Amino acid sequence: MTIGLGHYLSVAAVLFTIGVFGIFINRKNVIVMLMSVELILLAVNLNLVAFSSFLNDLVGQVFALLVLTVAAAEAAIGLAILVAFFRNRGSIAVEDINAMKG
Amino acid sequence: MNQILPPTSDELLAILPELILAGGILVAMVLGVFLRRPIALVNGLSWLLLTAAAVAVLTIPLSGPVFHGALVLDPFARFMKVAVLIGSAVALAMAWSHGRQQRTQQFEFPVLILTATLGMMVMISAHDLIALYIGLELQSLSLYVLAAFNRDSVKSTEAGIKYFILGALSSGMLLYGISMVYGFTGQTSFPAVAEAVAGDASIGLIFGLVFLLIGLAFKIAAVPFHMWTPDVYQGAPTPVTAFFAAAPKLAAMALFVRVVTEPFGSVTADWQQIVTFIAIGSMVLGAFAAIGQTNIKRLMAYSSIGHVGFALVGLAAGTEEGVQGVLVYLVIYLAMTLGVFACILAMRKPDGMVEDIGSLAGISRTNPVMAFILAMLLFSLAGIPPLAGFFAKFYVFRAAIEADLFVLAVIGVLASVVGAFYYLRIIKLMYFDEPAGGFEPMPGTLRLVLGASGAFTIAFILFAGPVGELASTAAGGFF
Repeated sequence: MTIGLGHYLSVAAVLFTIGVFGIFINRKNVIVMLMSVELILLAVNLNLVAFSSFLNDLVGQVFALLVLTVAAAEAAIGLAILVAFFRNRGSIAVEDINAMKG
Repeated sequence: MNQILPPTSDELLAILPELILAGGILVAMVLGVFLRRPIALVNGLSWLLLTAAAVAVLTIPLSGPVFHGALVLDPFARFMKVAVLIGSAVALAMAWSHGRQQRTQQFEFPVLILTATLGMMVMISAHDLIALYIGLELQSLSLYVLAAFNRDSVKSTEAGIKYFILGALSSGMLLYGISMVYGFTGQTSFPAVAEAVAGDASIGLIFGLVFLLIGLAFKIAAVPFHMWTPDVYQGAPTPVTAFFAAAPKLAAMALFVRVVTEPFGSVTADWQQIVTFIAIGSMVLGAFAAIGQTNIKRLMAYSSIGHVGFALVGLAAGTEEGVQGVLVYLVIYLAMTLGVFACILAMRKPDGMVEDIGSLAGISRTNPVMAFILAMLLFSLAGIPPLAGFFAKFYVFRAAIEADLFVLAVIGVLASVVGAFYYLRIIKLMYFDEPAGGFEPMPGTLRLVLGASGAFTIAFILFAGPVGELASTAAGGFF
């Protein structure tokens, strides 16, 4: 069996779905949400690199590098905000993020 | 293999406003670190940089795509950039005067406003999917930090977390859409994508378009992707909320308009359904959900969701008049929102800031000028003629009717009738209820903003011609 574009896209789609469900179904921990966000971005990278390779076009790989860089910045900011929240609230459980409702 | 050439002077001139901001951000950060009391200086410098960038946008010649098609400075970009820079500069001035009073100033604040504004400028000028993503992320990452800026407050950090998680999710969706569009067209530049879409819009491409629109709908806070807005608006420090409601909303709408009309202009029928759906959802939710709110910032969040819905009505028409209506709507919305937030920032009792609507009771007797202008702004938000908000709604509904979207227009008018209720309720509180104690006098900056916004709103009929003409030039480039 040769591994074609469809296989890569399927893996990426599965990863993406796991990431989205990780955010919506997860009721425990905000760190898991951050991991899910990373998973989504990695799924996109897989997509970009697979397309780039099958189209014989370098732009997709350049784009993937940019996405990696932005993902690193995003993780840094997310963790920093989480630390600030933990200092105020003393917890990072999803159910404790409830100061505002409506 | 394309050879990468060094940028020409024309290209550098076309991004002069961005260069001013980017260079200024570096200088401001260095000043902030090395000076002993940098706050006033960095604030002043940031404000000057925003003004200088606005002047630069107005004076440099328009240009086609530069940097291998990554950015463009067309009439649309010029129009939106000036509006965004005005929004940022006014929000920064209001935050400054507020912070001086509350003694809660940090030099990082203006720097973050500048980085967010730089991201917005790139978004507005983006002519390539990569530039779109980089601009959007630069803006979003700065906004996450701004939402959590008051780091000793549970509400502010919670707003930061909520905004970050949902914002990152939306960026992921957007990016997934971009990867599909890239994969099925083999291109990232908008004109090249447009060409590929016109030839054959495959199912994968439409899939990508849908994800792209979901990501953008999150950023403009349109239903059903609006759930972060009320919490973030309520939890973020008030000057930050004023900023959120103004400039980023405009920049994200500009990006939305450009993405659907430029690369996907030939599949209008496909995105028209989506835009119509989110427009109806936003208008209806904005009207009904705001009724029960007692926190004025939360109420303004629902109001902003509703207004995004009205602006999208113009876009749903998919015509030049429609886009022109969107642009006029956004400019009027900017003026009204900044005025209302000037009032919210002035809701200060001797023992601190208040956000409860009840504390506005009877201020027509204690603060008559503020009450009058706020009443005019609220009438305008409700869309009562002859104030600015009426013209804004008139333009978009007319465009929708000319495009035969009667159902959309009728729902829009009904939603604006329901929405009028909660604006009128505040006016009733201010004029007919017993005073609950007045507010402290307004600082000069807020008075200036409120006065200018009130004058623009009341006398819009005088500006309607020139604003409409500018918007028509800006919208003309797409059709």
